[in-house]
Amino acid sequence: MKVRTRSDLEMLRSEGLSTLYPSRPRISVGMATCGLATGAADVYDTLRDEADARGLDITLVVTGCIGYCQQEPLVDISLPGHGRVLYARVTPDLARVLIAALAAGELPAEGALAVIPEEETSEVSETSEVLPGIPLLNELPFYAHQHKIVLRNSGLIDPTRIEEYIARDGYQALARALLDLTLQEVIDEVLHSGLRGRGGAGFPTGRKWQICYDAPGQPKYVICNGDEGDPGAYMDRTVLESDPYNVIEGLTIAGYAIGAREGYIYVRDEYPLAVERVTQAVARAGELGLLGEDILGSGFDFGVTIVRGAGAFVCGEETALISSIEGGLGEPRPRPPFPATSGLWGQPTVINNVKTLATVPVIIGRGADWYASIGAEGNAGTVVFSLVGKVANTGLVEVPLGLTLHDMIESIGGGGLGGRAVKAVQTGGPSGGCLPARLFDLPISYETLTEAGSIMGSGGMVVMDEDTCMVDVARYFLAFTMAESCGKCTPCREGTRYMHETLTRIVEGEGTPEDLELLEEVAEWVKAASLCGLGQTAPNPVLSTLRYFRDEYEAHVTEKRCPAGVCRALIRFTIQPDVCTGCGLCLRECPAGAISGEKKEPYVIDQELCTHCRICYDVCPVGAIEIVR
Amino acid sequence: MPLIAQPLPLPGGALLARLHGINAEHGYLPEEALRGAADELQVPLSQVYSAASFYSAFSFEPRGRHTIHACQGTACYIRGGDKLLEKLEATLGVKAGETTADRLCTLETVYCVGSCSMAPVIRVDGDTYGRLKASHLPRILKKCRPIEEQEV
Ligand SMILES: Cc1cc2nc3c(=O)[nH]c(=O)nc-3n(C[C@H](O)[C@H](O)[C@H](O)COP(=O)(O)O)c2cc1C
Ligand code: SF4
Ligand code: FES
Repeated sequence: MKVRTRSDLEMLRSEGLSTLYPSRPRISVGMATCGLATGAADVYDTLRDEADARGLDITLVVTGCIGYCQQEPLVDISLPGHGRVLYARVTPDLARVLIAALAAGELPAEGALAVIPEEETSEVSETSEVLPGIPLLNELPFYAHQHKIVLRNSGLIDPTRIEEYIARDGYQALARALLDLTLQEVIDEVLHSGLRGRGGAGFPTGRKWQICYDAPGQPKYVICNGDEGDPGAYMDRTVLESDPYNVIEGLTIAGYAIGAREGYIYVRDEYPLAVERVTQAVARAGELGLLGEDILGSGFDFGVTIVRGAGAFVCGEETALISSIEGGLGEPRPRPPFPATSGLWGQPTVINNVKTLATVPVIIGRGADWYASIGAEGNAGTVVFSLVGKVANTGLVEVPLGLTLHDMIESIGGGGLGGRAVKAVQTGGPSGGCLPARLFDLPISYETLTEAGSIMGSGGMVVMDEDTCMVDVARYFLAFTMAESCGKCTPCREGTRYMHETLTRIVEGEGTPEDLELLEEVAEWVKAASLCGLGQTAPNPVLSTLRYFRDEYEAHVTEKRCPAGVCRALIRFTIQPDVCTGCGLCLRECPAGAISGEKKEPYVIDQELCTHCRICYDVCPVGAIEIVR
Repeated sequence: MPLIAQPLPLPGGALLARLHGINAEHGYLPEEALRGAADELQVPLSQVYSAASFYSAFSFEPRGRHTIHACQGTACYIRGGDKLLEKLEATLGVKAGETTADRLCTLETVYCVGSCSMAPVIRVDGDTYGRLKASHLPRILKKCRPIEEQEV
């Protein structure tokens, strides 16, 4: 079948609705990479086998990321006539319980995390009565502040079924753009929405499109940047895996708006499932004529090529990414000219982040005014963060811009891991910085984060507590940027090496107070003199930690002490004999063979052999290992 | 106008796709295959080589039958990913980047596999394992041991 008209879309919509809201139980298992990492595939198999064995008629669906990763594996069950419930930390055993209950026509309370409020589209009754005592999803602190736009379909639809995407208003925006709006009108809509690029720098998307539209020269190209190189962040992966058609629709609209007929999606190599899902989605959209020639009978032709990266962080930088697609080295080149006027093969090219493009269909579908009304002044809309690190609730969250860091970390995140106090949050990956807890009243916006010495970045948010050494964190990031610097320009290549060496000296207890000043000086110089964003921002982790956590640096260089008890050269491990129960776990786990003793007697650590790896500290069930700082 | 006939530009992404293809087939990039790719794509061998060496996904050395990626991304690092790596190195008797003498396992590091919420994680032959403690490793590494030892 080819989709030629709006009524063809309606046909697919009703097909999608029939699987999205079937008359039998629908069970969706969150099986994005995060779910799979905690055993979701076993849960899926058990659900299927158990339902088969009982002859239970269900719709079993592989869905994307439901967001609350802390609670994975997550299973979402809707039982027509009863309601919809989200089950958490599902094991194969719980899966059997769930199927048994469904076979009896019930939604069990066991394992239930929340009741999912029903949408208008289905005909189910009052949600609060579904399972007494179980909160509604939006009453959970984790979801209370969230507003899902980019993630609106993630974890809800089957990402391999375009019909379900269409049932959720997918491709309405493309139809509107192609059939009702001129190129300029599409650009104006995006411009007025206030959308800014979600790849990090926050450049207004409509402006970028306008520049490219105005630039002379054909052909033009549009590229989706799915390189997501920030270590510790997984927003783009999730969107690509969970809702690939959303990104493809956004890319197609962008192509139409700027007058391009070819688009590229560049996906990071470490994301095989994202590559698979997007490849499948592009093929399916092509089959239906939603990519290809004369889309929706509008005369607009558009094709998409998927390029798989190959493990180079710098390729996320737009000019490097373009060179990588061209078959050259993934090295940046000086800008201007910007890609919007001279990009792929020297032609005008729009390059946008995955989330930027995933927002476009909603803007065109619901209008610029609606989007602009969300968020804060100059920072319209929502932003997706991956909230990870030493935080109680890890997961993928989408919040309106302007929310405070406090609401993000304390409310949504539930505070520190294991109830410990949060010390800092790191945003923006290796280009960003660490902000101390006392600044958590700051609203999240491009400008506030930059002024505070970090950046918004692409959405990585790594929470740190008292057990995280900020000097070591700075060293960690510099090790990363030093390894990933392409080496093309000297300030970045040599500057990152110098900063890394100095930081390594400091964490090894060999630093001096003068090192701190030198570090600052070199950092400023690298910032000013590097060619691309990698070098220009590489000093941020150093500068921000020096600014907010100078006392930790000073403890390292003057007292040769690591207050967080992390830096190996500055700490010692001992076993408190009065606490040790002699269980022998530490002896078994110690990779250095430094622990000796008899069962039921206190064990001891041989300081000569101990490599200070901390494994015993982490495994001891009674907390008998002491870190001497 | 250039005076010398220029080869047509490669289709976008073609060289990377070719390198991925070779890598998937052989597990690394053998010289023969790279020469073949250069001929086929009509690009200088030097261009193929410089691209192949630029990207960390490719190796010129044969790898072990299994590849273990220990994530050292930020989330994993601050939740003990470096300790897991150390334990892996001690257990396998190789350093990151090396292959065991029996060519069974290659140990690699990776900066994030996108499962940061489950930190620390490792990936074995493409399967990701999250929320790990050092004590979980022996079970996961089972499949990386010779078949006859796997029952032990
Ligand atoms: C070193 C470096 C790495 C980058 N990595 C990414 C990335 O992984 N994803 C991304 O969308 N943008 C990344 N960027 C930003 C891109 O250069 C570009 O600004 C962005 O893709 C534009 O999209 P946007 O306008 O939608 O934000 C990176 C920039 C630098 C300097
Ligand atoms: S700043 Fe660093 S990464 Fe960027 S071009 Fe220079 S050397 Fe390469
Ligand atoms: S930091 Fe390890 S998976 Fe992202």
